[in-house]
Amino acid sequence: MTSKTKTKTKTSPNTDDYLRMYTQMVRIRTFEDNANQLYLAGKMQGLTHMYSGEEAVAVGICEALTDNDRITSTHRGHGHCVAKGANYKEMFCELLGKQEGYCRGKGGSMHIADQSHGNLGANAIVGGSMGIATGSALRAKLLGQDDVTVCFFGDGATAQGLLYEVMNMAALWKLPVIYACENNGYSEYTKTEEIAAGSITARAEAFGIEAFSIDGQDVLGVNELSKKLVARCRNNEGPFFVELMTYRYHGHHVGDINREYYRSKKEEADWKENRDPIIRFRGWLVEQGIATEEEIETLNEQIKQDAKEAVAYAEAAAYPDVAEVDMHVYAETDPATLQAGN
Amino acid sequence: MREITLSQAVNEALAEEMRHDPTTFILGEDVAEAGTPFKVLSGLVEEFGTDRVIDTPISEPGFVGIAVGAALTGARPIVDLMFGDFIYLVMDQLCNQAAKQQYMSGGKLSVPMVLRTNLGATRRSGAQHSQSLHVLVAHIPGLKVALPSSAYEAKGLMKTAIRDNNPVVIIEDKLMYQDKAPVPEDEYLIPFGEANIKREGSDITLIGTSSMVQVAEAAARILESEGISAEVIDPRTIVPLDEETLLKSVRKTSRAIVIDEGHQNYGITGEIASRLNEKAFYYLDAPVLRMGAMDVPVPFSPVLEDLTVPTPERVAENARRLCAGEMIHAA
Repeated sequence: MTSKTKTKTKTSPNTDDYLRMYTQMVRIRTFEDNANQLYLAGKMQGLTHMYSGEEAVAVGICEALTDNDRITSTHRGHGHCVAKGANYKEMFCELLGKQEGYCRGKGGSMHIADQSHGNLGANAIVGGSMGIATGSALRAKLLGQDDVTVCFFGDGATAQGLLYEVMNMAALWKLPVIYACENNGYSEYTKTEEIAAGSITARAEAFGIEAFSIDGQDVLGVNELSKKLVARCRNNEGPFFVELMTYRYHGHHVGDINREYYRSKKEEADWKENRDPIIRFRGWLVEQGIATEEEIETLNEQIKQDAKEAVAYAEAAAYPDVAEVDMHVYAETDPATLQAGN
Repeated sequence: MREITLSQAVNEALAEEMRHDPTTFILGEDVAEAGTPFKVLSGLVEEFGTDRVIDTPISEPGFVGIAVGAALTGARPIVDLMFGDFIYLVMDQLCNQAAKQQYMSGGKLSVPMVLRTNLGATRRSGAQHSQSLHVLVAHIPGLKVALPSSAYEAKGLMKTAIRDNNPVVIIEDKLMYQDKAPVPEDEYLIPFGEANIKREGSDITLIGTSSMVQVAEAAARILESEGISAEVIDPRTIVPLDEETLLKSVRKTSRAIVIDEGHQNYGITGEIASRLNEKAFYYLDAPVLRMGAMDVPVPFSPVLEDLTVPTPERVAENARRLCAGEMIHAA
């Protein structure tokens, strides 16, 4: 990656950033293509939800964060996980329930957490992580730490009461948290307009939270706003709310294939052909002379190859030992800390 | 030894641990200047300030969720849930979020938080402020559950709860806040999973939790006057449960009654009785008897409410019949 950026015909101070954003978006799409195949081929069990189509949201936001900043993710969480810096190998291992997965195979697709990069975890309860994200921000404030927490959730989760409880407290206490609402137009199998009355951003504004509604398919726009809001959070100006208009290419989950009863193929084609975040950004990179078509193709191939290798590795990797089934129910507490005088 | 109230004991435990660990803080409704409706936290905000004794809106799922997030990222929050009945409101945050993080992450994430709340009927508070719901949380792997039975236990268990690296639910009996007990001035902690033999006996074992320890002790005094020797045991934590101490006692006495203020159906009494039946079957002279709260919503009318919880007289009566060889069973 880095070596390629040095050969650009026209470099700008942000060349590395742009190429990394592109790479991360393609890594998400490629990850999902492989995960989908694993599921369709019967190699992966359970439930999984594809992030394809929404890449600019996760990447635009996470590229504005450091490893020390935290995120909470959703059931549709692979994109957030990749964008926050996770490795393919541990992710595929987790999806297949293997011991080398991020959670030793105990979490699976809907519970991947990658603490090393500040990902506090996907969450299979819609809206379930809103308290966690807000609590992470309260911890930062109380302990005088300057990290920021981003709470990812979908438009469907705006129907959960928890959001309003925690936004109220975040606003009262000026917490460094950004509520990132990925509005992909559908609450599972139902159009958002059928489940959300009024305006989504007005919900946050009612608490005095500055709210934005932006194009979630424009990675640069998302990143630009995110950088500003992260800086403002660090400056004690949080919380913020961002609604990102985006689209989910697949069904609610991988098994939701025949979906014309709630969404037309024409609509799907329109988003994929005319508003795809990767095609759009790729075009911009070439137009700006940041990368050539050839370089981009090479990059795409490299990512495909990385995914292929990681999938092969994960397929061959060992399952957890059966003895692990009752491990990690409780965290260890150092007995010394439970002594008086310590 | 000096005697202090259960309320003062909790307050002391919190103050000591907050001095000991700057990452601890208290979060809940009316915890600061008001010191809670039971005044258990009075004085803490004066010492630790509003940054560490935080009044929240009436948003139980919200502030429990916030505590989970703070605990996951390096703080040790102590949540005050004003009434145990509100556990229903926070079940997702407690059971789906807090309890499972350690396991779902394969041991990478932990949630060192305390949720302190209360239980207990006969305060004429009606069906939504009188329940004893510890069984709901005891059922969930990943949570620990402590039930202090006196000021001494309240202090020692609270300090352990705060230092434990897991989510701990500690439930005080709201009728015992003003009850005094000897409490050492020197620091002490009570380990989890160690039952306390409150009184030794040889004819029957009375296992009581929380408020029911006093009931069991009073029953034992009645029985003593009749020549029946009852052993009284307080498990102190129901998760983890010190099964060994209970089994050892039952193997000695051959009879047992389990007394708990939660509803009897599918309750703590059934769980403990079942374990004793399974593991001490050949030592038993009678089936282990369950005595829980009646399986009715807690009524307001004092005449009715008093019927719903086990009393020393009823425990003594059952013990007497078991010791006389009668084959009785729970109502």
